[in-house]
Amino acid sequence: MSTGLFVVQVLNGLQFGVLLFLIAAGLTLVFGVMDFINLAHGVQYMLGAYLAVAFYALTGNFLIALVLALAAALVFGLLLEFLVFRHLYDRDHLEQVIATFGIIIFLNQAVKTVWGAAPLTLPIPEIFTGSIVLMPGLLYPVWRLVIIASGLAVGLLLYVLVSHTRVGMLVRAGATNARIVSALGVDIRRLFMIVFGFGTMLAAFAGAMIAPILSVEPGMGDTVLILAFVVIVIGGIGSMRGAFLAALLIGLVDTLGRSFATDILRLVMPPSPARTVGPAIASMLIYVLMALVLYFRPAGLFPVRGR
Amino acid sequence: MAQTLAAPNALHVRRANRVGVLPAMIFLVLALAPAGAAFGPESYVLGLFTRVMVFAIAAMALDFICGYGGLVSFGHAAFVGIGAYAVGILGAHGITDMLVSLPAALLLSAIFAYMTGTVCLRTKSVYFIMITLAFGQMAYFIAGSLAPYGGDDGLTVRMRSTLLGFPFLQNDRTFYYFVLLSLFVSYLVLRAIVYSRFGRVFRGARENPTRMATLGFDVFRFQRVGYVIAGAVGGLSGFLLANAAEFVSPAYMSWQRSGELIIMVLFGGIGSLHGAIIGAAAYLLIEELLGGITEQWKLIFGPLLVLVVLFARGGLLGLADTIRGRFGRG
Repeated sequence: MSTGLFVVQVLNGLQFGVLLFLIAAGLTLVFGVMDFINLAHGVQYMLGAYLAVAFYALTGNFLIALVLALAAALVFGLLLEFLVFRHLYDRDHLEQVIATFGIIIFLNQAVKTVWGAAPLTLPIPEIFTGSIVLMPGLLYPVWRLVIIASGLAVGLLLYVLVSHTRVGMLVRAGATNARIVSALGVDIRRLFMIVFGFGTMLAAFAGAMIAPILSVEPGMGDTVLILAFVVIVIGGIGSMRGAFLAALLIGLVDTLGRSFATDILRLVMPPSPARTVGPAIASMLIYVLMALVLYFRPAGLFPVRGR
Repeated sequence: MAQTLAAPNALHVRRANRVGVLPAMIFLVLALAPAGAAFGPESYVLGLFTRVMVFAIAAMALDFICGYGGLVSFGHAAFVGIGAYAVGILGAHGITDMLVSLPAALLLSAIFAYMTGTVCLRTKSVYFIMITLAFGQMAYFIAGSLAPYGGDDGLTVRMRSTLLGFPFLQNDRTFYYFVLLSLFVSYLVLRAIVYSRFGRVFRGARENPTRMATLGFDVFRFQRVGYVIAGAVGGLSGFLLANAAEFVSPAYMSWQRSGELIIMVLFGGIGSLHGAIIGAAAYLLIEELLGGITEQWKLIFGPLLVLVVLFARGGLLGLADTIRGRFGRG
């Protein structure tokens, strides 16, 4: 295991973590404020990617496509909120799970119908193509660094919004105790629409940003969704800080686990079983981590809700 | 305390009464179905109904912890998968006798339930849903990495389970009745548990865990036993599924499968064991029906789910109740 490879994998892990954070941020707010399980958050990420591809085909400019995709995703998300989600806030989690599961089934099939089952690709914007030299003999693609930077920027923006604005204060209060906030005269439904729309846009943003280095295909939101849930549960539901740290943790553990589990196992066992066991352990690692965290801290690392 | 426990609430009495007629009808229909099927495409109908019953067993187990225990598990497919893999892996080593594979399926899924339950049950509500999901995913990835047993591609079960070397399940009709018997026994056992003293504590813990704890019950242990029972019954379903499909695959454990089981429970009406049978039948028949109409049946099925949640609270049984309440008893 060389230092160069290690550095690259750490960066990949960061990039993955940042992506997870973009998705988990919206999820944890929606979850925290309205106690609403939105399984359909993952398909909004997928939709972001598809919309970016579609608008890129129309305009030929990544930035314009990105803006249009975000706007379209926002409209679509608010439409879903208006038609379906708003009727589910008072229901139990089970019913929320089923209804949003129905939306996943529908949208996965819908994108297949509209864009076909074959994976689509989106080119990296001209100025960000290529790689930069991290250290002698070690290249790293610029676009991944752009993703990391934009994710950190969004994180900073969210920190300012949540910690230093009035809306942010209401969101934090809502995550702690939505009922009291509502009793104090705040229109919690409107607050939630804002939060929801913002979360949708963040997920779509993640989808559009990752589209150039990932194949855009139906079902791409499902795996990410589960990981985002792992993130917010580890971080503590409703906690932005928790989501951020947990996302980076999960991103790093998963990426490093996948790259080095086999090598590490080889130190203690013969190569052939190590090659079999390694990937299995690597793919389980984050779930084991989650189980451990919840065993010792059943409400996550940064519990928010006052119970 | 004995008095409160002996005086069940009105809903409870209604349930207990209704339990007589509808489940009897369900089982009667299932018992007669093969006779009716003989006039039509027999093997198709037998196969479909066998699948319905196999999933009904798993859905019933889920309904047991979900509807009665208030524990919404999003990883129930893992138990089904473990039961199925017990058959598959033993079969790959030439062991097909159900005197070995059936106990193995039940025991392994029960052990998995005990181990994961110990961790999961420390958490509540959303966290419980998510951690069961995580364990489900874990089982899914473990199965996918079993390279000697097919890995992601799964594993063919070359021969249905035998009993003392006698391959009596090879006949589809016999197999059908074997599955029906399993469903019936699972139903009776789970129902007996629900109405037993254990079941009362288990249900009480859903209503108000603090009160149960104050009454001196160790809620955690009761819930864990309930979770293990549900896991074992899930394993039974997996045992039958491996025999029905003659194939096992990690896909049996995917989180979508767990979601489907929850849908079945909700379709039938949560908290009434036989509702899970109706729910499983409804789910699989709708899937079959829509699949026959168009390849893109999911475009219809997804919104249908949303509509069921929004407008048919209590599932099909609840809907029947509403209709009866409006027209029948008025």
